[in-house]
Amino acid sequence: MQATTTPDHPEAPPAVKSRSFKRAFADVREAWDHRELWGHLGWQDIKQRYRRSVIGPLWITISMGTTALALGLLYSVLFKTDVATFLPYVTVGFIVWNFIVGCVTEGTDVFIANEGLIKHLPAPITVHVMRMVWRQVLFLLHNLVVYAVVLAIFFTSLDHQYRIGETSPWQPGLSWTIVLAIPGFALLAVNAVWISLLFGVISTRFRDIPPVVNSFINLVFFMTPIVWDAGVLNRVTGGGDGDWRMLIAELNPVYHFVEIVRAPLLGHTVDWHHWAIVGGFTVFGWFAALVILRNYRARVSYWV
Amino acid sequence: MVSIDVWNASVDFPIFDAKSRSLKKLALGKVGGKIGSEGRVPIIEALHDITLSLKDGDRVGLVGHNGAGKSTLLRLLAGIYEPTRGASRIVGKVAPVFDLGVGMDPEISGYENIMIRGLFLGMTRKQMEKRVDDIAEFTELGDYLQMPLRTYSTGMRVRLALGVVTSINPEILLLDEGIGAVDAAFMAKARDRLKDLVARSGLLVFANHSDEFLAEFCDTAIWMDEGHVKMHSGLREVLTAYKGFDPFERMHEHDPTPVLSGNGGE
Repeated sequence: MQATTTPDHPEAPPAVKSRSFKRAFADVREAWDHRELWGHLGWQDIKQRYRRSVIGPLWITISMGTTALALGLLYSVLFKTDVATFLPYVTVGFIVWNFIVGCVTEGTDVFIANEGLIKHLPAPITVHVMRMVWRQVLFLLHNLVVYAVVLAIFFTSLDHQYRIGETSPWQPGLSWTIVLAIPGFALLAVNAVWISLLFGVISTRFRDIPPVVNSFINLVFFMTPIVWDAGVLNRVTGGGDGDWRMLIAELNPVYHFVEIVRAPLLGHTVDWHHWAIVGGFTVFGWFAALVILRNYRARVSYWV
Repeated sequence: MVSIDVWNASVDFPIFDAKSRSLKKLALGKVGGKIGSEGRVPIIEALHDITLSLKDGDRVGLVGHNGAGKSTLLRLLAGIYEPTRGASRIVGKVAPVFDLGVGMDPEISGYENIMIRGLFLGMTRKQMEKRVDDIAEFTELGDYLQMPLRTYSTGMRVRLALGVVTSINPEILLLDEGIGAVDAAFMAKARDRLKDLVARSGLLVFANHSDEFLAEFCDTAIWMDEGHVKMHSGLREVLTAYKGFDPFERMHEHDPTPVLSGNGGE
């Protein structure tokens, strides 16, 4: 009668293990192969958000522009610094911060928000993360327009040796090092992927994580040298290198992530210790994310 | 070689209520010793000890009462759920058509949805662009494809989803019962395409309550009951056992021109 009746299913279960590093790697690799998919979806998200507005995605740029202008003016007055160097500093810092905060907060929500797709179409879960990170990259590209405008206005203040505040170190000014922002940002994006994989999977299981992250992220913003310059710490400490208060910036990993992109864009000294620390986080973070992916990748569709 | 193998697979859903889905509970639960029985999280056993082997050319109907595990089984076969116990292996390009309300974005146009579904099912953008006209013609949606999906009726969504999956040459086609929502004229058209598709390459698993549909597309059937495979055999035998009478005889009475060509139960 039928060849496929259940009782005579001959083969014994081979090694089709669901929990293996092979499957975890395969998930990431297949997601990369699907780049046309998440590339398209990321664009779609942006177009969708501004579908019926008149000036569309220009709103992204405008909102960044006004925020950077206001923060730059306010804090340059508060810290008694020259607005010509401080405004670009705040602008770039805020653009990079916006990318980081977007990836972290939306990263915790990435699988929960895509419940429908996860339950209805078989696809590697990393696809949803890639889509989100790509969307944030596109936001950042919109915001770079603000950087270009600010740079055009204040170029004459940045193209030679300058310093932001009286206690800040001298910066060499804009030079070829500006291209280092590209590998710097690439490294940041690679980190964004593991962060949202890790936090995404954990948040899908424990729904307390997104609100916890959301409430602490603002604190991190004020702890990170974005609207204030790490040089201010010199004023507090009197320039002493070993002072514990210097650690406020150094112990904050976000500072290093911001710095690898910000420093080249402003013509600041490219300090290699930031790159080393970010490199360490990349290795450690991806390892952690792959362990989580190995153990819980298949559980995500059950948990959402 | 297209195949789906499932060995002693179970699918258990943990049901986290609002409280147990938090870190606090987990931490406190450990401190306070075991509360209740072995697991703190209640579990629904949606599928239990499923062993299946499907291969190229199989056309399987899926019958069973509501809640018997048909949709969950389809998702297991699609690879969306990996078994919590046991193992499964899916070889081939899977194209599922499940619940049609979800998995499509209501705010974007029909065209965009076609594109996204195609990309999800492993096509490239170029390949989809070539097929879009064909899909538009097949679905007869015409200018409606420019409209956001929220303006579509259920039947129109089914047309769209069927249009996509039948245009991309999937190797494994999984259809849930929702596709009954289209009108008879369109179903006749879809029939030809589905038949053609199944004949060409694939493996079809089709959940449906309509004997006519099952007779049309399937030659074997699986009867799901309370998460078990209660019966897996020829379509006619399974339907007879499931319904308590032979539906095919009645079909002949109503319909003088039998539509039953190629059902393997006979």
